[in-house]
Amino acid sequence: MALENLEFEEPIAVLLKEIEALTLQPRTDARDREIEVLRRRVESVRAELYRSLTPWQRVLVARHPSRPDLEDFIHRLFTNFVEIHGDRRYADDHAIMTGFADYKDRPVLLVGHVKGRDTKEKIYRNFGYARPEGYRKALRAMRLAEKFSRPIIVFVDTPAAYPGIESEERGVAEAIAVNLRDMMMLDTPIVVIVSGEGGSGGALGIAIGDRVLMQEFAIYSVIPPEGCAAILWRDATKKIEAAAALKLTAPDLLHAGIIDEIIGEPIGGAHTDPAAAAKQVDDVLTRMLSDVSALDGETRLALRYDKFRNMGRLGTDFRDEGS
Amino acid sequence: MAWFKKARKPIAAAPKEKPSRVPEGLWVKCPGCAQIIYNKDLATNLNVCPKCAHHFRVSAFDRLRMLFDGDWVEYDKGLVSTDPLTFTDTKPYKARLKSSIEATGLKDAVIVASGAIDGIDTIVASMEYGFIGGSMGVVVGEKIARAIERAVDTHRPVVIVCSSGGARMMEGALSLMQMAKICGALARLDRARVPYIAVLTDPTTGGVTASFAMLGDLNIAEPKALIGFAGPRVIEQTIRQKLPEGFQRSEFLLDKGMIDLVVDRREMKGVIANAMRFMGATRVQPLPAAIAMPEVELPAEPAPQS
Ligand SMILES: [Zn+2]
Repeated sequence: MALENLEFEEPIAVLLKEIEALTLQPRTDARDREIEVLRRRVESVRAELYRSLTPWQRVLVARHPSRPDLEDFIHRLFTNFVEIHGDRRYADDHAIMTGFADYKDRPVLLVGHVKGRDTKEKIYRNFGYARPEGYRKALRAMRLAEKFSRPIIVFVDTPAAYPGIESEERGVAEAIAVNLRDMMMLDTPIVVIVSGEGGSGGALGIAIGDRVLMQEFAIYSVIPPEGCAAILWRDATKKIEAAAALKLTAPDLLHAGIIDEIIGEPIGGAHTDPAAAAKQVDDVLTRMLSDVSALDGETRLALRYDKFRNMGRLGTDFRDEGS
Repeated sequence: MAWFKKARKPIAAAPKEKPSRVPEGLWVKCPGCAQIIYNKDLATNLNVCPKCAHHFRVSAFDRLRMLFDGDWVEYDKGLVSTDPLTFTDTKPYKARLKSSIEATGLKDAVIVASGAIDGIDTIVASMEYGFIGGSMGVVVGEKIARAIERAVDTHRPVVIVCSSGGARMMEGALSLMQMAKICGALARLDRARVPYIAVLTDPTTGGVTASFAMLGDLNIAEPKALIGFAGPRVIEQTIRQKLPEGFQRSEFLLDKGMIDLVVDRREMKGVIANAMRFMGATRVQPLPAAIAMPEVELPAEPAPQS
């Protein structure tokens, strides 16, 4: 499958078209050499572009339609996956998937958003916008993991919690709030990986953990840049400026003390080489899971509390001018 | 509840009175019933229209005056944002902070204080909508988290009066994380079995609703307050239709089972005090004579908790 090129990848797209045109010509050594030269150009142009992505370009990569999602990671890193459904209250939300699987022969619980690939699946998944049922299902599944002392691995990738009538009626705010409170006390290791879009409360609602990691080109933001532009600039076309102002990239979040580590991605983004991207996730995940599993429960919970308690640092993010 | 309406002498130690949300001038036109109301009448009626019970917005400071029996002690008054992202939109965030500080006399969008509510020593966090829409950044998060931790340590009930557009965009993901930080503190408060009452006033939306506003042992709303996660305009854009009348108002949430009760501002203090007593809080301070409550049977005074 040809990958969709993002707007800033136009120079790559031009080269790829040239390659395509050449491949239609009769095969000669000269033609093959030219193709090879162009392929290298593609690689070097891509490397150049991705070395200095702007925040808005990172937003586009994080939202890439072929970006590896929870199902890709399940397929590449886990075995014996069994999906479990429903919140036992109202419905099964398809924007959040939960289930158990083996991770290197160890049973774990998997929780994550799924946006869907083709149109039909996107509609089925509600484009990754979860309703209250999704957050309640996630918590129910996580309680199951706690009960049987299984670690929880969370993949975050959502534009936002679903802003719709039924979402409000059934208390999406309450569902997220309860998750924030109760995940803080779940007595089992939790490792969170922001793998695509960390869309405000809709992301955070399943993202409390002992370790919070981000893939290199993922984003994590209090509001989508478009929404921020519309509110603060009163002009949705200022999304590029808003993306920069919000400091939503992985290096920004690491700098702010919100995430623990950045998981590297292949040059050109995880979608250009999903196997390599999964391997990079695997390496960090193994190490993090073993670190947090080594702690006794009480220590782990105290550290988890402190981790979030210390977001917003005296002397850095705020100061005390006294009374 | 005549006892509560009685004008009290100004409290010497309390900070200077801040302007309320009622417009300046002698007379106000009520947006609820279009009646012209004498400003002073409105003030003595807790900024509730005497004709139609329209609830005007009130400042964080006035809120404390309405809840506490008398004087209070303010905490963490000096905390101020450093503008951690050096954020600029059409205007630098620093300039927005500066003008909000000048307009409200506060350093950020919440006042945290302890004092007596009907004799019960209580910690109250009162949000100021006039400060960048009551939005929650690191200072609001820190002050509320400290307030809750203080309540856990001293076993005093917590009341948070919410009035906020949600997380503060100008502090980015740090603002978002304040939701987690405060909910973590509330988890400890919950385990310690210390009462927490969330008071939802107009408006309470976004990240504030999706964190502490919905986690009270009781969630009490003022009438007709806008309470929701997504803003009405965002929802209308998503579903491409007009929202029904009354959607996301207190009465709507009550009907959907999302809040415990809707209480008129003039009854609020009495309901909160009763709720805290149900939750085991006890009076440690004698009631000031001016606000003795003849209509309430006083239980035998148990020993103070701490
Ligand atoms: Zn009126």
